[in-house]
Formats: sequence, structure tokens, C-alpha cells
Amino acid sequence: MKFAILVNEGPYQHQASDSAYQFAKAVLEKGHEIFRIFFYHDGVNNGTRLTVPPQDDRNIVNRWSELAKEHSLDLVVCIAAAQRRGLLDENEAKRQGKDANNIAAGFRISGLGQLIEAGIQSERLVVFGD
Amino acid sequence: MPEEEGVIKKFLYLNRKAPYGSIYALESLEVVLIGAAFEQDISLAFIDDGVYQLKKGQKTSVSDGIGVKDFSKTYRALEGYDVEKLYVDKKSMDERGLTSDDLLVDVEIFDEAQMAELMEQQDVILSS
Repeated sequence: MKFAILVNEGPYQHQASDSAYQFAKAVLEKGHEIFRIFFYHDGVNNGTRLTVPPQDDRNIVNRWSELAKEHSLDLVVCIAAAQRRGLLDENEAKRQGKDANNIAAGFRISGLGQLIEAGIQSERLVVFGD
Repeated sequence: MPEEEGVIKKFLYLNRKAPYGSIYALESLEVVLIGAAFEQDISLAFIDDGVYQLKKGQKTSVSDGIGVKDFSKTYRALEGYDVEKLYVDKKSMDERGLTSDDLLVDVEIFDEAQMAELMEQQDVILSS
């Protein structure tokens, strides 16, 4: 089965990102396909490479980057939500005249159309929020 | 734009939160507007405090007090995007003392069974 996943909350603040991660792993272990993982609202904050969480707990951002690399996952951060919350890639930083970018490995910034497309192309879109 | 072989799915946007107290109402509406271009079968449902999103007379200017952009007229613009199926939950309206006269767009008022049936029919439910 082809799944799409939507993550609507940021790392640590809510369990949504953890639950989505566990679900994604389970989906892949069962041999299903993940078409895309889309991050919206505060979910875009899962895509910053600047977090330094305590060493004795899970590193949510890195976990996503590693899972994406291992399984060639498409992790997409919504550009509008990212702009509101200060998440930029190199292109966006240049475009917006900002002096830094902060996107984590494995994530890309794109439009909400990618979320709609994911809903159309997958057989199930599973939403993780608050 | 949909380049897929004309697939039309039923998309339901489920709104449960009041406007302005959090960003979910506004950002969910932004998905609706972008999604409208994909010519899918779109419905919006409003439950619990979500019904407040459609309330007339939202006063949000600095002089009115909160200094936040009033996006309520966007719900009236949905018709122009061919997004016309709006449903509100009867119990949520009653609990809050609201009637359809309080709302700024035409909606269909559903009871719980009708709302459940609506959700059952959907291919994609975006809940926030």
C-alpha cells in the first residue's frame, strides 16, 4: 500500500512527530511504500538542523534525516509555514535576504501542492497532530 | 495542476479550533485555497470550536484589540474557487448558542450521524 504522512506539530512539544516516525518505520517494515512525508504548521520545525537536544533522549530531527536517507524518503516542509516560523534553505535565505539558513539534511522546502498531490497519489494519508 | 489521469478524490478539511487563538484555522484555509487548483471534490466541516471560524463580525484590528489580520472574508471567497460544500456540527452550534444567522456563509447543519457518514465517504481527511 502507498502511504503519505502529514506531521502538524514540532519536535518535542507534542508527540505527533514521534508517533509519525514510529508509524513510518512500521509502514516500511511491513513492506509498504511511503510516497511523501509532509510537514505543516509547527511540523516544519522538525526540519531545522540547529537542535541540540539532551544526549540521553531521542534526537528527533536526526532520526528523520537518517530514516529519509536509509529509505530514500521525500521529506517536504511547507514553504509558507516555514517562512512564518523561520526555517530556510540556502535558496530561500538568499531570496529573502536572510543571513543564514537552517534546514536539516534530507528535508526539502516546497509548496502545499505537494501535500495535495500526496493525498491524490497515495492510498492513505495519515495525519499526526495535536 | 493535476497531471495525473484526472483522478478525483474526496477531500475533507476538518476544522475543530477557533480562529485567532491558534494558527490552524488560517493555515488550513491556505491548504484549501491551494488545493482548489487541483480540481478535487472538496468539503469543509466545522466541529467544536471550529464553528467560530465562520462567525460574522470578527473584529481583529489593533483598535479593536488584538491586531491580527481578519481572514474571515476568505470563507466567502471559497465559492469563487468552486468550494461550496461547507458543513457545521449541530451540537457544536447549539452548545455555543449559534444559529446559521450568526454565520457569514451558507452552510449545511449536520447532526452527528450525518457528519460520521460524510467522513466515511472521504478519501482524504485533513484534520487540524
